[in-house]
Amino acid sequence: MDAFVILFTVILLASANGVLGTFLVLRKSVMIGDAISHAVLPGLIIGFLISGSKNSFPMLISAAISGVLTTLLIQYLNRKSNLPKDASIGFVFTTLFAIGIIMVSVYADNIDIDADCVLHGELGFIALEQNLTIGEMELFPLSSLNALVTLIIVLLFTILFKRQIFVTTFDPQYANTIGMNPIKWDNALMALTSLVTVVSFEAVGAILVIAFLVLPVAAAYLLTTKLNNMMILSVVFSMMACVIGYYLSQVLNTSISSAIVTSMGVLFCLSFIFVLLNKRRVTYEGS
Amino acid sequence: MELHDITTFFSFSNHSLNVVILGTVLLGITTAVVGCFSFLQKRALIGDAISHSILPGVCVGFMISGSKNPIYLISFSVLSGLLSVYFMDFIKRKSKLKNDTALAVTLTFFFGVGLMLLSVIQNSGNAAQSGVDQFLFGQAAAMLESDLIIYGTVCLITLIIVIIFFKAFSLVSFDVNFGKSIGLPVRLYQFLLTTITVIAVAVGIQTVGVVLMAAMLITPASGARFWTNNMKKMVLISGVFGGLSGVFGAFISFILPNMPTGPWVIVCLSALTTISILFAPSRGILYGVKTKKSWNDKLNRENILKAFYHIGEPDQDFEKSLSMNDVIFKRYFTSKQLTRGLKQLKKENKLTGINGKWTLTLSGLKEGKRLAKIHRLWEIYLTKYLNIAADHVHDDAESIEHVITPELEKELEKMLGYPEMDPHEKEIPYE
Repeated sequence: MDAFVILFTVILLASANGVLGTFLVLRKSVMIGDAISHAVLPGLIIGFLISGSKNSFPMLISAAISGVLTTLLIQYLNRKSNLPKDASIGFVFTTLFAIGIIMVSVYADNIDIDADCVLHGELGFIALEQNLTIGEMELFPLSSLNALVTLIIVLLFTILFKRQIFVTTFDPQYANTIGMNPIKWDNALMALTSLVTVVSFEAVGAILVIAFLVLPVAAAYLLTTKLNNMMILSVVFSMMACVIGYYLSQVLNTSISSAIVTSMGVLFCLSFIFVLLNKRRVTYEGS
Repeated sequence: MELHDITTFFSFSNHSLNVVILGTVLLGITTAVVGCFSFLQKRALIGDAISHSILPGVCVGFMISGSKNPIYLISFSVLSGLLSVYFMDFIKRKSKLKNDTALAVTLTFFFGVGLMLLSVIQNSGNAAQSGVDQFLFGQAAAMLESDLIIYGTVCLITLIIVIIFFKAFSLVSFDVNFGKSIGLPVRLYQFLLTTITVIAVAVGIQTVGVVLMAAMLITPASGARFWTNNMKKMVLISGVFGGLSGVFGAFISFILPNMPTGPWVIVCLSALTTISILFAPSRGILYGVKTKKSWNDKLNRENILKAFYHIGEPDQDFEKSLSMNDVIFKRYFTSKQLTRGLKQLKKENKLTGINGKWTLTLSGLKEGKRLAKIHRLWEIYLTKYLNIAADHVHDDAESIEHVITPELEKELEKMLGYPEMDPHEKEIPYE
């Protein structure tokens, strides 16, 4: 049962990340996603201090706001001061993360966000959480519910606004002429990224969120040129990696999230090797 | 915090404290200097990728040596860091993945493997393992003399290599193809530069840890870039930023023992860089705002003078006293613009103003006349030499009249042969 709950939760999260990551990879905003996943730390803490509890709505909101602010700050620096985009990203997220860590040490007594949580997340503890109940019936833990809601939000966003995201990603100028503001959609996407990041943060840790966002997607990207296929493939890869990684972690006695990420990396390498070999064969046939 | 602590810190009399200060300063300088080259190669985030990718190396080094021997840890770190850079370049070359995706893929894959190894170590029950994960967050304040000797030596060697190969590294950072074309061993230099970047990251992690390492490389370089266009000066300024932040970090964690050193080093670096971005002369944001404003003021003043001239022109009476409405009737200004411009012109003695009525002075008249003249000369130039229709030349002349220098003005007059009328049959006023 424990294994089922953990796997269920992490598969939901990984799928949400896989769908969202598709957009980020195509828009070349992966590192902005990385920046957000680190820069939400001060937001999380402020939210925690305001609401006084983890897993609370204010915490999500304030983290999402700080994620969007991060994006805006990066854009502002890049535009106003000619600082290259990647330098702006590096500058902004490290500053915010440093402030976050300092806040953690200042409020160490009233916050139980510790170093280990930032790194590995707390997937293993999900099974220890008290289950939500309806009447007599025991359902699943709150973290699982969070993951489910997140996935539903991401899927709804994708189904409702796929056309807009598609157009603003591939042809911003055209999008502008037909009245879609690429910057607006970019910000919407980043707000969603912040949300997904915050929920995943608890489960897999700050640093590995970006792995969920990029590794399965990159593997899928190598294999297809169709947006729909890419999304489906990356979700499939995410799920495979979750299952393989979970059992790997049980066999090798390691943390679950790092084993999942390692499996994702291996899947990426396999897809990369597959493409390399195929390319070679095509060249031989051509010559 | 007490005054006593502060004096202890700056008297440099406490030996173990001195070790920490010297360590953070050396690490700060080294990473900041090396970071300049990453910044100029437009690989600002490479430090982030390398610092994460070093983790598997650290773990393997620990597993092999069975202890936290810095020499093992550093050598294996450098190996896995180099491997990650080449992995990243390979992905970029051989697939359709873009820069940032390749970087993120490398970073996450290596770090995931590293974390897995780390949890294997942590579950192995080896007593010496405590503190390997310290590596993830930095541990500058816990630096011992034996650590300092090793890290210090690595830093000094790195700095010496940078000094020796300064020209080669600059070349590689700015124009690889030029280097190739004059037959330099560009690949060797690139390899050397990558290697010292990895080394700098591997030792720099000691101060700030994995996540903040990117900042140690890139933040001082970003800040230094705002002060100068000269490579040598940039490296120097960046080094100073790095060193200062090292002292600051050590200072904070000395007077507030519960505070982590690394984040304070980064906050200090970020503060220095923010100051640079805002206030640096000629590249800073505020400087840009100021220049734009003073330019807009100049345009505004000149437009007002021209309006005065145009009002006086029909009956050649330039001593009329005009109210603000008279001016706006001739040419539209917002009342804020006009008030501001009139005030400035009065200060420059180009207008006199009594009871809300404004009159041109002699120097104001001269200026207005000159502007009208340039405007009309330029219209002739456009119709005559560029064959633009007479009804299309006004807007262009309207903007060029503000930038033509006296030299150009003379040349224009000579070239067009001192014409009397512009394309719209208006007289061209000469002195």
